Formats: sequence, C-alpha cells, structure tokens
Amino acid sequence: MSSAASLRAGPDARGHFGSFGGRYVAETLMPLVLDLERHYGAAKADPAFKAQFDHLMTHYVGRPSPLYFAERLTEHLREGAGPDRGAKIYLKRDELNHTGAHKINNCIGQILLALRMGKTRIIAETGAGQHGVATATVAARFGLPCVIYMGAKDIERQKPNVFRMRLLGAEVRPATSGRQTLKDAMNEALRDWVANVHDTFYIIGTAAGPHPYPELVRDFQSVIGHETRAQLDAAEGRLPDLLVAAIGGGSNAIGLFHPFLDEPSVRMVGVEAAGRGLDTPDHAASLAGGEPGVLHGNKTFLLQDADGQIIEGHSISAGLDYPGIGPEHSWLHSIGRVEYQSATDDDALDAFQMLCRTEGIIPALEPSHALAVVKRLAPTMSRDEIIVANLCGRGDKDIFTVAEALGVEM
Amino acid sequence: MSAGVTEGRLPAAFARAAADGRAALVTFVTGGDPTPADTAAILDALVEGGADVIELGMPFTDPMADGMAIQLANLRSLGAGTRTADLLDIARSFRARHPQVPLVLMGYANPMLRRGADVFAAEAQAAGVDGIICVDVPPEEDDALGPALRARGLHLVRLATPTTDAVRLPTVLEGASGFLYYVSVAGITGLQQAAQASIDTAVARLKAATDIPVAVGFGIRTPEQAAAVARVADGVVVGSAIVELVGLHGSQAPYHIRSYVRSLSEAIAVSRKELA
Repeated sequence: MSSAASLRAGPDARGHFGSFGGRYVAETLMPLVLDLERHYGAAKADPAFKAQFDHLMTHYVGRPSPLYFAERLTEHLREGAGPDRGAKIYLKRDELNHTGAHKINNCIGQILLALRMGKTRIIAETGAGQHGVATATVAARFGLPCVIYMGAKDIERQKPNVFRMRLLGAEVRPATSGRQTLKDAMNEALRDWVANVHDTFYIIGTAAGPHPYPELVRDFQSVIGHETRAQLDAAEGRLPDLLVAAIGGGSNAIGLFHPFLDEPSVRMVGVEAAGRGLDTPDHAASLAGGEPGVLHGNKTFLLQDADGQIIEGHSISAGLDYPGIGPEHSWLHSIGRVEYQSATDDDALDAFQMLCRTEGIIPALEPSHALAVVKRLAPTMSRDEIIVANLCGRGDKDIFTVAEALGVEM
Repeated sequence: MSAGVTEGRLPAAFARAAADGRAALVTFVTGGDPTPADTAAILDALVEGGADVIELGMPFTDPMADGMAIQLANLRSLGAGTRTADLLDIARSFRARHPQVPLVLMGYANPMLRRGADVFAAEAQAAGVDGIICVDVPPEEDDALGPALRARGLHLVRLATPTTDAVRLPTVLEGASGFLYYVSVAGITGLQQAAQASIDTAVARLKAATDIPVAVGFGIRTPEQAAAVARVADGVVVGSAIVELVGLHGSQAPYHIRSYVRSLSEAIAVSRKELA
C-alpha cells in the first residue's frame, strides 16, 4: 500500500512523525545530520547499496532468521485458558543472528553508510552491550577503529559484553555522569561526535536521535517485519493477528511493526519496561509515564519532571532503561495505531523462565518483556489466532542478572 | 533579520563597547550553582568585573554540548534543588539591581519548552531577560521556539560553528538577533581554544554576512586569549573558566570571579589600542 493515507510514509521532509521527531541538535552537528540525510537518500536509491546490505545479511548475519512455531509455549498458555482459547504463538528468532540480537541489522546498514561517506572512525553508545557488541563487530569486519560509550553501571552489570567488545578491538569508555546508564552513554557519544565531526560516524543503536536516524534505523530493522510477513504467509497463508515486541528505544519493535502498519487487521503491542511498577518511580515506560519533550536530537515522549529535567529510567533489563522512546512510536501511540503495554521486572523474570523451560530457549531480558505480554494476551485469544513475538536477543548476557534476581549464587 | 535588532539592552551594550573601541565581554555562569541563593552575588561580581553581557545558564540533567566544568555546574545546581522558577527569580532580581545590563538565558530545549514556548517567553520577558540561546534548537526547528520569542521581543541568539559553511550561514542568520555566537571549536565547552588564525578568518567571514555583532566563545580563558579574540570580534564569551571558579570556591566565588573578570575586561579594553 502506498496511498496518501499510508502510515508507512513518514517521516516528512523535516524528519517529523506528526509532532514528533525532528532535528534538535547543536549547530555543529546540524551540517553532519543534513549530510547523512543526503547520503542515505542516495544509498536508498542505489541498488548496489541494497545488494551489499542483503549479501551481508545472508552471509554474515545469517538471515533470514527463522519464524518458529513455539508449540510447547502455545500449549503451556492454553492450560487454564478457556475452551478454544490460546492463540498460536510464533517467535521471530532474531536472537539467532550473528552477535545474538537484532542490533546487527542496523549496524550493517550504518557502517555501509559510513564507508560510503568516507568516514574512518566509528563511535556508538550502548546500554545492555548488545548494540556495542554489534557495532564493535561491524567495525572489526570493516577494519575501522571503534569507541563504545557505556554507562559505568552498565559496564558493571554487563561484563561479558564488555569483554566481547574488547575482544573485537573496540575501546569501551565508561560514561560516569548521571545514573551511568544508556542515557549518559548517549550524552558522551554526542560529545565525542561534536568534537570529531570530520572523520567520525556515530552508529546510533535505536530508532531515535535526530532525523534521519529514526528513519534509517527503522528501514534497516524492517528486514524483521518483511521476513516475518513472507514466512508467516508461507507457513499459515495469512497475516498475523497480533505482533508483540519489547520497547526501549524501540528499534526491534518498529522493525517488526512497520511492514504491517497499513494492515488494519494486524494488532500491534509494544511493551515498555515497568521496572518495579508504574506506580513507583523505578520504571522506564516513557509513553505510560512520560510526556513529550526534546532529548538527544528528537522530540518524543520522555520521563521528565515539571521543569523538563530528565528522570532516569529503571529496568532489570539494561537495554530498556532509557527515559525516551523512538519518535515514530510516540506518533503511533498518539494516533492509536499501536497499543503500548508494560511488563514489570518480575513479569519479565517469569516469562524468561517460562521460555527456558517450555522451548529450550534462553531469551534476553528485553524480549522477556514481550513474552510477558504474550503470556497475558494469548489465553484471551482464540486458538486459530496467531501471535508473532519478536525474540530480539538471546539471554546469555543476562544470566548473572537473572541469577542475582532469583537469589542464586553463581 | 527580525525586528528589534537595534533596540534594547543587548544591541545597546554592543554599541557602547564599539563606541569605546573595544569588544564586549560576555560572561557565562550556570544559574543556581552552587545554590540558587549564591547566584545573585556571582552575577554582581561579573558586572563589577566589567562584563557587558551576562549569560545565565539554565541547568539541565543532560548538557550534551558541554564539557566537564559545565556538566559539574549543572549537577551542583540541580543537586541544590534549582528549579526553573528559581532561574526566573534570579533574573528578576538581577534586572532590578542592574537595569541596563543585558541578560541572556542559555540552555537546552527541554526545560525551555516544557510548559510551552509561549509560557517560557512570557515569563522570561516579564523577568527582564533580553534574549535566549538554545543549544539544541537549530534553525530547522525554529518554529518550536523562535516565533514565541519574537512575539515577546526577545532576541534569539543563534550559534555558528566551524561546520557552518557558506551555503548554510544564511539559514542560521535568518531570524538571528542580538548577536551571533561563533562557537570557535567543533567540540564541547571548556576544552582547547581554536587557533587564532582560524578565528580571525571565521569572524571576517561572518561579519561580511551580517550586521549583528559577532561574539566568539569556546575555550577562551586567559586575558591574552581574550584580547587576541577581541581584536577581531565584537564580543568575547568566557564561560567554563568562570564556572570552574564557582566549582573551586563555592559561595566564596564572587571575590575570585570579580578579579578574574576584571583581568579579562582590562585586557579587552586595550587590545585594539595595542594593535594600533
């Protein structure tokens, strides 16, 4: 569908999704952002760029990732559901990608852009470390020096990923301001970028930041939704009834949702991190608990106080505790096309263990939030309905966090 | 160019300095650092030291264009409980004490836009503020803030940088007023100063493109540096070096700031005469 009413046409020429998005950056960065927009426009129109991207997706990342019918999980959630209740659950296995998460899709796209633009140095921010690992991976693959900014607290709770990044040749620099998590890492990356504009490409890890980042990250991640659509058509001969994905910045969710936005029969639920509960200050649900504001280059829903000071998010998942959300999600929320729910730390821990035991898959804590909502909604749906949940990362990195939360000594 | 470009305290301050044959000294401190109660005496020390224009920083949790000195100042201020209402109180009392000294609020978009640009502009105007510098509202997002400021007769001070090329410069100048702030280093506040030759070239380029005063900042900390910049620019902006004095001396900072700012203003006052 490409009618004027398409929900897939955004952003507009100024990078706005409705009243969200835009290019709220310091003047030093503005020419770079405009330059990136020009280069991305040219790359999109260049079949050679797409061919290069697709080739790496197939041979380096290992795409397409399977769309897997989770039979035992489906049966598990049918127990205790009403008669004929319990939707059929498919998992989009993006945790099987090289580096273990969806983040690599975007990194491949962005490093190809960096090379097109003649940039010779890569920087990135990371929260859980998945984006940092994916960035360090592509930087190694293409032989570019790479600096990853990571909150000092995240470095502490994600040691395996820190070591992975170092093995891959990246320099991991701790961000020591604020709560020392993803937001602060992003501030540090922006400070680096503004001081190294001549040679540095900033690979932003989620569908947020100044235009054109939300658009290009979405486009690179949309491989998830396009594959899902084709795979489900092959398996079931139809569209899904419900798509579910976790939301930090929201790149895996927008990647899954975007190719389906113009299909009114497809319900979509994005799952924010409710941390210790939405009624506590310790959550990271920007839509449920925030209001529109400007941070990190875009206008979007933010956790903030009455003066516009940013409130730090909390989630057991380091990949979700960002106080903002990609601007396209803010827009999809404001027009009601996508529903946004939340899952607490405890919900996610339950769902994490559920998937381990029913399917023999250890999920990351991020998609465990999506699985918590699958657990909530599947029993309310009929047996012939189909859910696709995005399993956007594997849980190896999280076993220490989970052990601690479960009171297990390792 | 917008209306009001030649009216008000801000253009008058630059005109006075020009008539004296010198650049204007523009000084920055973060409001509420170390506490809201300390800021009045710090601002007075800036004026007593010879500052022509005061930039009052609005603290923000995420000052991503700032180096460590101003980051820490933001944290100290917010840690002391500084609210937007305190900043406006500080501005209001400054205006009462110094009816002629221009006061510019400088900060990031989110605290300015939080309750709506119109509310912010109205409150700033009522508090006696002359202009606004917003780090992360570039010309491309002007409608988020610019129209509200212009409707209240507040100057929107725009920034130009080493990356602002000739093609882009007219976009930056469109709607700029008060003065043009040339950020002489592609980087964050408080680090190294740009080479004087590159500043000279940039200022000449900017002055050829606009009639509003051009002030140069980022990395200027010694009287010698300030004097060198003052030979070519209409204004010299000093921020991190003053903010560091606040960090070092806390509520005892006014004494140190007064003598430091005086060393700058004295160097600037004679800089063009030395040249001649």
